[in-house]
Amino acid sequence: KANPETEQLAPQQLVGVVGLEIHAQINSSTKLFSGAPVRFSAPPNSLVSFFDASLPGTLPVLNKRCVEAAVMTGLALNCAINRKSLFDRKHYFYADLPAGYQITQQRLPIAVDGVLTYSLLGGKKRNQVMRKNVTIKQIQLEQDSGKSLHDDVRSQTLIDLNRAGVGLMELVMEPDMSCGEEAAAAVRELQLILQALGTCQGNMSEGQLRVDANVSVHRPGEPLGVRTEVKNINSIRYLARAIDYEIQRQIDVLQRGGTVQNETRAYDSKSGETLPMRDKEGLQDYRFMPEPNLPPLILYEDNASLPTGIDACQVVVVQKIKEGLPELPSVKRDRLVQTYGILPEHSFTLVNEDGLVDYFEAVLKTTKKEPRKVIGWVTNELLGHLKQEDMSVCQSPISPSALAELLELQETGHISSSVAKQVFQKMWRSPGKTALQITQEQDLGLVSDTAQLHSICQKVVDSHPDEVHAIRSGNKKVLNKLMGLVQKETKGRADPVLVRAILQKKTS
Amino acid sequence: LTGRNLWQMHLLRPGRISPTELCRKCLNRIRKTQHLNAYITVTEERALEQAQQAERRLQRGVPKGPLDGIPFAVKDNFCTENIRTTCASRMLKDYTPPYNATVVQKLLDQGAVLMGKTNMDEFAMGAGSTDGAFGAVKNPWGYAAPYGERTRADPDSDWVVTGGSSGGSAAAVASLTSYLALGSDTGGSTRNPGSLCGVVALKPTYGLLSRHGLIPLVNSMDVPGIMTRSVNDAAIVLGILQGLDVRDSTTVPAPSSLTELPEDFDVKNICVGIPKEYHAPGLSEETLAQWSRVADLFEEAGARVEQVSLPHTQYSIVCYHVLCHAEVASNMARFDGLEYGHRSQMDSSTEVMYASTRHEGFNDVVRGRILSGNYFLLKRNYQHYFVKAQKVRRLITNDFQHVFSSGVDVLLTPTTLTDAARYRDFTQEDNRTRSAQEDVFTQPANMAGLPAVSVPTALSRRGLPIGLQLIAPALQDQTLLSVAQWIEQRVGFPSIVSTQMLSSLDLLQSLSEGFHIISI
Repeated sequence: KANPETEQLAPQQLVGVVGLEIHAQINSSTKLFSGAPVRFSAPPNSLVSFFDASLPGTLPVLNKRCVEAAVMTGLALNCAINRKSLFDRKHYFYADLPAGYQITQQRLPIAVDGVLTYSLLGGKKRNQVMRKNVTIKQIQLEQDSGKSLHDDVRSQTLIDLNRAGVGLMELVMEPDMSCGEEAAAAVRELQLILQALGTCQGNMSEGQLRVDANVSVHRPGEPLGVRTEVKNINSIRYLARAIDYEIQRQIDVLQRGGTVQNETRAYDSKSGETLPMRDKEGLQDYRFMPEPNLPPLILYEDNASLPTGIDACQVVVVQKIKEGLPELPSVKRDRLVQTYGILPEHSFTLVNEDGLVDYFEAVLKTTKKEPRKVIGWVTNELLGHLKQEDMSVCQSPISPSALAELLELQETGHISSSVAKQVFQKMWRSPGKTALQITQEQDLGLVSDTAQLHSICQKVVDSHPDEVHAIRSGNKKVLNKLMGLVQKETKGRADPVLVRAILQKKTS
Repeated sequence: LTGRNLWQMHLLRPGRISPTELCRKCLNRIRKTQHLNAYITVTEERALEQAQQAERRLQRGVPKGPLDGIPFAVKDNFCTENIRTTCASRMLKDYTPPYNATVVQKLLDQGAVLMGKTNMDEFAMGAGSTDGAFGAVKNPWGYAAPYGERTRADPDSDWVVTGGSSGGSAAAVASLTSYLALGSDTGGSTRNPGSLCGVVALKPTYGLLSRHGLIPLVNSMDVPGIMTRSVNDAAIVLGILQGLDVRDSTTVPAPSSLTELPEDFDVKNICVGIPKEYHAPGLSEETLAQWSRVADLFEEAGARVEQVSLPHTQYSIVCYHVLCHAEVASNMARFDGLEYGHRSQMDSSTEVMYASTRHEGFNDVVRGRILSGNYFLLKRNYQHYFVKAQKVRRLITNDFQHVFSSGVDVLLTPTTLTDAARYRDFTQEDNRTRSAQEDVFTQPANMAGLPAVSVPTALSRRGLPIGLQLIAPALQDQTLLSVAQWIEQRVGFPSIVSTQMLSSLDLLQSLSEGFHIISI
């Protein structure tokens, strides 16, 4: 069956195939197998338990919070939750891996077979919402490694074990994506889900969310090509760029008659290229074996299925976690579109920005203005100002109620829309002052004195005979120019309805 | 004083025993028996301090329990806070852990007095206590009157091994420098030297004692072992050490709070199984005779004695070696010279430092096991070796389950093939051969996680101890020890007593209590 998308492609055209391996640091106060605290940018080696430093004789003790986070994430991604999962050791020598192995879940992970639905804005105006699915192969619990700092001058390596043993969820996304934009959208959606769940803070620049991309190219219908793994991607923007660069690079290689090497490549954000990494891992044999110090991880469906004598506080009950799931981003977007009649692309903007939905809804509570009119203020004025100064919603100097008051002044005809924007600017600069105060202090109230407006309009008409002539000859659009001049004269305070009527009369 | 067992010491209280006096006597004895090489580290000052504290408690009439003021020794693979813990390896020669193993902490919490850390095979890999970085341990019985008189041996060249790998702990208990000692048992490392040194050696059910702080050999088989001079002592210590530990996820709750054993256990209602596969090649005539003798004792007392079959036992050793070496390869990966332990001077690159650190730090035995273990774990070999060995392990476990569910309460077997070998004979074979030979009777219980105990039964013609082993179903440690005590009460194994240190009063009392006395 022909798919309209692939139909456009020439039959021999190479297309990209993208899968992702994502490491999400579990948002937990302590590590996966030890009681050491988890914190970003603490002094080196200040958050290290005996176990994290792999002192001989220490044993792993599983953190219940991390298990719950993985189950919650699995449920939100429509995974099957394995009632029994196992831990394994993955061996390799590296300076920031003190035990010489990582405890992971290779054979039987905690969650499998999920699906992530994400959306892209497509079409010419980029306002068409296209829903796509990517299969989540599995979610496994595993330990993070420490960090190595290479000092080339003194030719030494410094090790920081603060991160060693922090709980990770490794999510494997099947190669269901075809380009950087899709991968970026999928990761963004995952990031929103994790943040909504609170299972991962999702900050890519702090390494809480790390994405490696498996990229290959092939001709549709043919087997997948040789893939490369692209690492060192620390933002969603770079993810899209790195993948698109890599797809193009592989296509170029093949079209030149070359072959793609199975290798690990690093993305260099400065040059925008992917470069081969010194690859020791090509022949690495991880010598997996069962972790003998951790019994199988058993989860229970509901309280009724608990064996007698087992304390419900000591185990993880899937049903209980299911009941506690918060509203997920996709559900939230649908609700916003339905409840407020806003456009789908606006629902994306709202949900994408942490705290913006709450802000929007708080504004609506205290204004009679229609949601469809409020949305522009929130997604353009407010968000624009926030972005410009790199602030988050909660740092906004204008509170939802202050914005609501401003909008109310406009709605009730006290100020024009252009004045409202000026007042917004002033409120931004002088937090604490209300819209009403600013309007009164600066005399920005709407001018609706007919006599005054008549005289201003007359002045404009008199000084622009060409425009008046044009209007009289049928070019009605030119009236807008005159309206603009009147507003300029009144600093935007003139009642536009009145001005239009007056000007129409004077130019007829 | 030093010749009594722990329970007798407890009964002799209060007022009659001064913990500091006892501690001094034991420290003296450690000095006198230094040639045995039983201790790697003697914690003299600390021991005296602890003894003084115990003394004050006893004087105030508030002892912490039966172990308060009692000297004990710990195998040098259990972590001890601020006391170096070497595993008898150059790798950890100067390593001082910042914490106590749970079992050590529990003994200290009871007021027991730590005398020192005992010698062993490097990282517990061996069956002779001959392969450690601090030299071989010598068996005290090689210096006792019977061996000298009966063999006319020259103690300097004809000394005998303790067995291993917990040889230092066995020698410490046998030479009366400690009342109890902790060993570790992965394939027989507690029971084997216990048998060769004539002490009671208990390997509890897997998971009953915490492994937190025990530097591992094979995590899925390691159990802290208890070595004492009497079965009842082992029961007291087990009662103190057993139970759930939040730091070890493989521990299980204790089935009962066991303390003292019944004095008059009735064997009429029990069924003793004699596994026919334990008639192994190399089993000495004398050990076989002891095995028959004790089986007969049971029969005469009205117990049911039945021959049983454990058909997969023959595969135990080879299966053990695959699993053991694989875990060793994994467990030893952390010794890279970065965080702790030996670090090589060769540091031109991280990889070079790893390689030379590990080459310099480990002996041939450890390196050999790491190499073969990594081979077994390679992707292409994993199914063929590791998975297959796990399946065989399950079959061995099933054998035991089958026998125990058919009505057998306890299995009676030899602990070792023979009495202790002379060092120069023992070292004719390499560590691998010796480990395969020596663990043949003890190792299946580790595979299945079952409790087992070695009880000394007699002296051989050479004047060296012979022990027998009992194996019970999982968590039946109390039954196991009750049967063991029944044997102990009947075989009349001679107690070691130091005549030099025995007061005439003690001597008379001991004689009146019917002790045989062997002086060392």
